[in-house]
Amino acid sequence: MEIIMSILSGVLFTTGVYNLLQKQLLRIIIGTALISHGAHLFILTMGKLKRGAPPILEYHVDQYTDPLPQALILTSIVISFGVTSLLLVLAYRAAKENETDNMDLLRGNENE
Amino acid sequence: MIFAIFIPLLFACFVPILSKYKDKIHTGIFVLLIPFIIFLFFIPFIGSEFKPVYTSFNWIPSLDISLDFYLDGLSLLFVLLISGIGALVTLYSIFYLHKSERLGAFYVYLLMFMSAMLGVVLSDNVFVLYGFWELTSISSFLLIGYWHHREGSRYGALKSMLITVFGGLSLLGGLILLTVITGTTSIQEMIAQTDVILNSPYFSLIMAFIFLGAFTKSAQFPFHIWLPDAMEAPTPVSAYLHSATMVKAGIFLIARFSPIFNTSEWFFLIVSGIGILTLCWGSYMAVRQTDLKGILAFSTISQLGMIMAMLGFGTKAAIFAAAFHILNHATFKGSLFMIAGIVDHETGTRDIRKLGGLMTLMPISATLAFFGAFSMAGVPLPFLNGFYSKEMFFDVSLGLNEPTLLAADLLRQAIPYLAVLGSIFTFVYSMYLVFGTFTGEKHLDQLPVKPHEAPIGMLISPAILILGVIVIGLFPNLVNESFIAHTAEAISGKEVHKHIVFWHGFIPPLYMSLIVVIFGAGLYIYRKKWTDIYLFIPGQLSFNKVYDRFVEGLETYSAKITNSYMNDSLRRYVILIIGSIILFTFITMISTNGFAFHTNDLADFSITEVIVALVMAIAAVFTIFTRNKVAAILILGVVGYGLSLLFILYRAPDLALTQLVVETITLALFLLCFYHLPELQPRDESIGFKTTNGIISIGFGLLMTLVAVSSHSSKWFQPISNYFVENSKELGGGYNIVNVILVDFRGIDTLFEIVVLGIAALAIYGLVKLRYNKEAE
Repeated sequence: MEIIMSILSGVLFTTGVYNLLQKQLLRIIIGTALISHGAHLFILTMGKLKRGAPPILEYHVDQYTDPLPQALILTSIVISFGVTSLLLVLAYRAAKENETDNMDLLRGNENE
Repeated sequence: MIFAIFIPLLFACFVPILSKYKDKIHTGIFVLLIPFIIFLFFIPFIGSEFKPVYTSFNWIPSLDISLDFYLDGLSLLFVLLISGIGALVTLYSIFYLHKSERLGAFYVYLLMFMSAMLGVVLSDNVFVLYGFWELTSISSFLLIGYWHHREGSRYGALKSMLITVFGGLSLLGGLILLTVITGTTSIQEMIAQTDVILNSPYFSLIMAFIFLGAFTKSAQFPFHIWLPDAMEAPTPVSAYLHSATMVKAGIFLIARFSPIFNTSEWFFLIVSGIGILTLCWGSYMAVRQTDLKGILAFSTISQLGMIMAMLGFGTKAAIFAAAFHILNHATFKGSLFMIAGIVDHETGTRDIRKLGGLMTLMPISATLAFFGAFSMAGVPLPFLNGFYSKEMFFDVSLGLNEPTLLAADLLRQAIPYLAVLGSIFTFVYSMYLVFGTFTGEKHLDQLPVKPHEAPIGMLISPAILILGVIVIGLFPNLVNESFIAHTAEAISGKEVHKHIVFWHGFIPPLYMSLIVVIFGAGLYIYRKKWTDIYLFIPGQLSFNKVYDRFVEGLETYSAKITNSYMNDSLRRYVILIIGSIILFTFITMISTNGFAFHTNDLADFSITEVIVALVMAIAAVFTIFTRNKVAAILILGVVGYGLSLLFILYRAPDLALTQLVVETITLALFLLCFYHLPELQPRDESIGFKTTNGIISIGFGLLMTLVAVSSHSSKWFQPISNYFVENSKELGGGYNIVNVILVDFRGIDTLFEIVVLGIAALAIYGLVKLRYNKEAE
């Protein structure tokens, strides 16, 4: 199963990077969201999948899934949420101010 | 001795204060004291019982860098030249520079230079030497650019800076290599370890580095190009730096290290070869110049070449002659520069084509110029010091040892002829210099200023120098045993005795001198008939052009290179970043055989998860292809919810919860923003655009998959999670292990994650609320 999840995270990275290379701001943000999904899945897969019960202590269980990657991913989800929302508002403001969301037109002063 | 070196620097701190009163007293009068005191301090060292003096002061003992100063015959000659001519130049500058000039700056730079130069010649520690060496470059740069409102001054200053600093850095390389090989930073101890250096594998590199430093500083071929442009400096500076002192720093360096190098035949080949080439080229080019200082600049280049060539010969007599000529050249060249400055000052031009017939108007200057120029030409008269050194030059050029290298042997045979050739041109330009300026027709109407004799104060310095020319000319043995012999001894490392006499009898050097005078006079008289040769050699060829092209090319090509990748396009940068990640990771994986693949430790295959994964993959691919922005956002939501489903399946309840909530809020945010963003454009990009994107993104995805598979297949250590599982209840007091890790075991992460959210919230608030419009201003 880890192999399939690795492939899936590879697919997420591929589509994320492809979106990142587009010209429109919205696509770029979708790309970053896809890449962070891919990274979260990647971390989870690295910590081995399905080797026991959910990491909540119970009396009759002696094998739990690895809790550490989960804690890391939880932190990462929150941070990427913060960044994505900031990016979105930034894109909204940039598009409003410049009246375009095309990255080719949003270049430095020299290229105007 | 250390005070003698640093007094000018210390005094330079007070010059700005003194220059406030420059309207009443010329600042130079205060400054004049300094070189004079130094000169008086070093005068008593002259004498036949001279012994080297050594002093040392700690500076950076841990790096073996200390202020070691060593005064031997070689240093003494230079120290006296620096302080003596320094005093004369300061005196001259008092009358040359008007009180309305920026006198404070001028004397600060000049004193800085004096300190630096004294430091160069007295240092025994190579790094201290290098420090002072660069200080001479900097102060020379400042002095050349003194009249910085002129284009030419700035160009000349930059050029000399670039060339001498290039050489200076190469010198540093050589000195570091020497230090590493010998394990000492003291020059005298290095000389004691000559064998070690000669047998080192880096010997040729050291020699090349040090020679490069010396040749650039001393304006040797083809690095001579900075010197003529440095003539934009005020004339006292040209006289001091660019004839008597700084340009001899390279000569000093070669002389200082010649006990180490002179056993190598390459030393003779390179130093003498370049020296003699510089002599011929410099004197040949000097004839063509029309600017008085231009002639003198090329003449300096050629005379430096001559000294360099003699140092390269390496015989005792040659070294003696070189040391003698250093002294002679400083006297007559210094005075000639000052006279050129006087002519400039009194007529308003330095263009020799406009000058002429000034003898009757400026008799004293003319007389001094005659002595200086005849001495420079080496005219055989018993009261000119230039003749003695020139004759010695001819003498030593004939008596060279037969070297074993073929090229060196060819050079040895060519040297006497080249020496005569160079000297003929020297004769021609010397005659041109005096007769062109002081005799012939007067063109008074062309001169900006009506010429008249210079004030007496201006004439004192050149007069003293010419007096030196005559005294050394009349009594050459006055400076011989007590002074020059010590210098030669310091350079060659052996005792040197020489008696200088005017008349040797009918021997080859005399014939050579006669040939020079006869041919030189002939060439000078008929110069109009043959000067067309300059149209062919050098014609269009010029090292200045090479330099200009190089500097220009450096600028344009670096701009081109930068523009080729810095095009302000985000896409380009992402491609560069991700492309290099892919490239280097693949190379690392292949070269270290890092890829591993095992199937023995995998979780069970489950059809539910495969279906979820398939849906996510399809949704992710569709984000690329959809043209509807709402659709794109919703499809992204499918991926996010799919991920939270996977979290549930993989026993991560907290993750699933968070992912669900976050995904929902993100979707809502996307939907809030999308209204304001334009519709996704039809995808009409070129095939190349899509292919590049495709290659980069597929490469990256493939890489991440491979890394994931490989690292899953090669787990080397047990995870540390057992600790968390065992201690969650006992130490953390909680049953939910993930939450205990977040707030207890690794609480700091959580703290800063909260900070991240806080900052993001504040930033969003700022972005939405704060409007700074140009119209509002």
